[in-house]
Amino acid sequence: MADLIAKTPLDSMEPVTIGTCTVTEANLGTLTSIAPYAGAKIADTFKTAHGMAWPAPNRATGKDGARAIWFGRDMVLLAGPDPDAGLAKHAALTDQSDAWTAVTLGGADAEAVLARLIPLDLSPANFKRGHTARTQIQHMTGSVTRIGADTFLLLVFRSMAGTLLHDLERAMASVAVRG
Amino acid sequence: MRLRCPICGERDRREFYYQGAAVMLDRPAPDAGEAAWDNYLHLRENPAGDLEEVWSHDAGCGAWLKVTRNVSTHEIKSVELAREVKQ
Ligand SMILES: [Zn+2]
Repeated sequence: MADLIAKTPLDSMEPVTIGTCTVTEANLGTLTSIAPYAGAKIADTFKTAHGMAWPAPNRATGKDGARAIWFGRDMVLLAGPDPDAGLAKHAALTDQSDAWTAVTLGGADAEAVLARLIPLDLSPANFKRGHTARTQIQHMTGSVTRIGADTFLLLVFRSMAGTLLHDLERAMASVAVRG
Repeated sequence: MRLRCPICGERDRREFYYQGAAVMLDRPAPDAGEAAWDNYLHLRENPAGDLEEVWSHDAGCGAWLKVTRNVSTHEIKSVELAREVKQ
């Protein structure tokens, strides 16, 4: 077997800065979707196993290196650690590590940039740190989470990596040119 | 037009996929007979007012929704999770 080199979706690109904002490819580690079986009570098991709360809909818990991101109806994405084996009793666990492109968008104008791409009110009054949404990023279905005062984590399907970068660069340039 | 998903909150219409009249939630029994199945598959009311419909929040949480919409004015009267309507 040849020695294969694993590439990240954006091929470990250098961060891109336009105006006040920077796009950085994020290596989130292992990604596992956790889909609880009907009626399963997984919250306590999850908290004990991973040290963070099971997120309510539209919320994310944890911090850099280990996050639990609500990911749709009856689904949470565990980003970082390998899933505790005990979770398998309560939920279907699916490895998604190579399936998603993840970037952070940070900077003073990050909300203005995302306002050009996402049909949601992402202002801090409405979308605080720890809030997340499944929504559209331009024409892609994706996930957006506020992870800092002016920093967002964005996920789209891996095959959309180039399109995500292109759309972000266009929106950043469009905001930057307005000064 | 905006729809208030019971899980995600109010969202733009572009996040949703329209499936059709909510009659699809009332599947006849396998032995219900030709007339019932013909009606289920092919025949639809065409009211100029409130219509119960099935939508999917496919660019959001993925839930199937039962939406009551006035097809003349596009006023959304209610949005419920199809799962809860069925139970
Ligand atoms: Zn939804």
